Amino acid sequence: MSGGHLHTGVAGDPHSPIHRLDPRAKLLGLTGITLVAVSTSRPAVHGACALALAAVAVAARIPPRTLASRARIVIPALLFVALLIPLHGVTAFATVAPKALLGTSSAVLLSATTGFPDILHALERLHAPRLLVLIAAFMYRYLFTIVDETTRMRAALTARGYAPRHALQAQALGRVATALFLRTYDRAERVHLAMLARGWREQMPRLHALAFRRADALFLAALAAPLLAVRIAA
Amino acid sequence: MIRARGLRYTYPNGITGLDGVDLDVAHDERVAVLGPNGAGKTTLMLHLNGLLRGTGSLEVAGLRPEDKALRARVGLIFQDPDDQLFMPTVREDVAFGPLNLGLPDVEQRVATALETVRMSEHADRAPHQLSLGQRRRVAIAGVLAMDPSVLVLDEPSANLDPRTRRELIETLDAIDRTLVVVTHDLPLAAALCERSVLLSAGRVVADGPTREILDDEPLLAAHDLELPAGFDLSRLAWPRCPRAASASAP
Repeated sequence: MSGGHLHTGVAGDPHSPIHRLDPRAKLLGLTGITLVAVSTSRPAVHGACALALAAVAVAARIPPRTLASRARIVIPALLFVALLIPLHGVTAFATVAPKALLGTSSAVLLSATTGFPDILHALERLHAPRLLVLIAAFMYRYLFTIVDETTRMRAALTARGYAPRHALQAQALGRVATALFLRTYDRAERVHLAMLARGWREQMPRLHALAFRRADALFLAALAAPLLAVRIAA
Repeated sequence: MIRARGLRYTYPNGITGLDGVDLDVAHDERVAVLGPNGAGKTTLMLHLNGLLRGTGSLEVAGLRPEDKALRARVGLIFQDPDDQLFMPTVREDVAFGPLNLGLPDVEQRVATALETVRMSEHADRAPHQLSLGQRRRVAIAGVLAMDPSVLVLDEPSANLDPRTRRELIETLDAIDRTLVVVTHDLPLAAALCERSVLLSAGRVVADGPTREILDDEPLLAAHDLELPAGFDLSRLAWPRCPRAASASAP
């Protein structure tokens, strides 16, 4: 077993009211916050969105440090936009930065309160393109396997003294990428055989159906009503 | 249970996988299919479930390869469990087969299958969070949940450490099904199967009690097989059971 891949991304209290919501409600609610945030540059709307996200985080009992450390991913993109300040002015940065932060925080909150398989299930039920959902599901399942394979291949290169000093010596990495692609392709064929062997019928079977309850509707209403009111008023 | 006559298969690149295989396996029998790399063992395994279709005749559990119901009757367990465990969680993976086949009481089937392989407490984990031995046991559960008549395992002991290998043998030994074990791990064959079939270059070159085949050093050597150094056949606890009686008379 390869270590380091043990947590699936869910943080906070797994029994919190937010964690227990139908994944469709969380997906729609948090995507909705992002859409409201990117639809305008009004600080009042962005403030309302930030408050809504903070309320969700508190209800889900997610430590602020966890949120901050995961949302850090947006910093390089923001720095890039900051570099363009001399060309486009501070206003452009001030417009983009809050939207990027709010969008990223929404995504981080969704992944902290909902396991990836549940997000995929929600997407499927919300009629997202089936092929895309399948690709995402297989990517999630096999990402760690491919990362492990890459790590082993890099170790094999290093073990034989591979230490590139200039660009021309990097061609070995190209060969590693080719080998990795061929191995992945072979694996895809074997996985397909294994699926057929267990009666695959072009449809991902689900053990449990999702249940949209009153709490889910209330969650969506509690998010939508104030945000839309602020958005329309602003 | 399995009856093959003159089974032949050539891959699209011209390589011969099977070159006229005749094989009989009786109900409840445990048979090891031995052979060196490239002997056609995996090709034969894929035929048993109808995934590959060659020429000649094949009947498994009274069904022909083109019969869709064959998938439910023959459970294939692939060499690399990562190929077989493709669902996000162990529970969903074990449920994959029964749900596809529209079987009743899927949750109960999943619980029973996981209990059989002693993996119940890992039901909600993702496959990549498990060790290789655990993944292999879950792969077995995924097939057991379909309640197949025949269980076909491809190199089940590959890459396992000695302890995990012993635990796997104990798990397999407790499963009450017709078992076909495709392997070149000869001690594993000795521990599990009372009968062995030696496949070489796509043909059956020997068929008989495992002990006799493993005792025939020249036969093994002629087909690139050998027992591990120091392995003593006489000290082995041979598979005992009423199965042994049916083993010699397929």
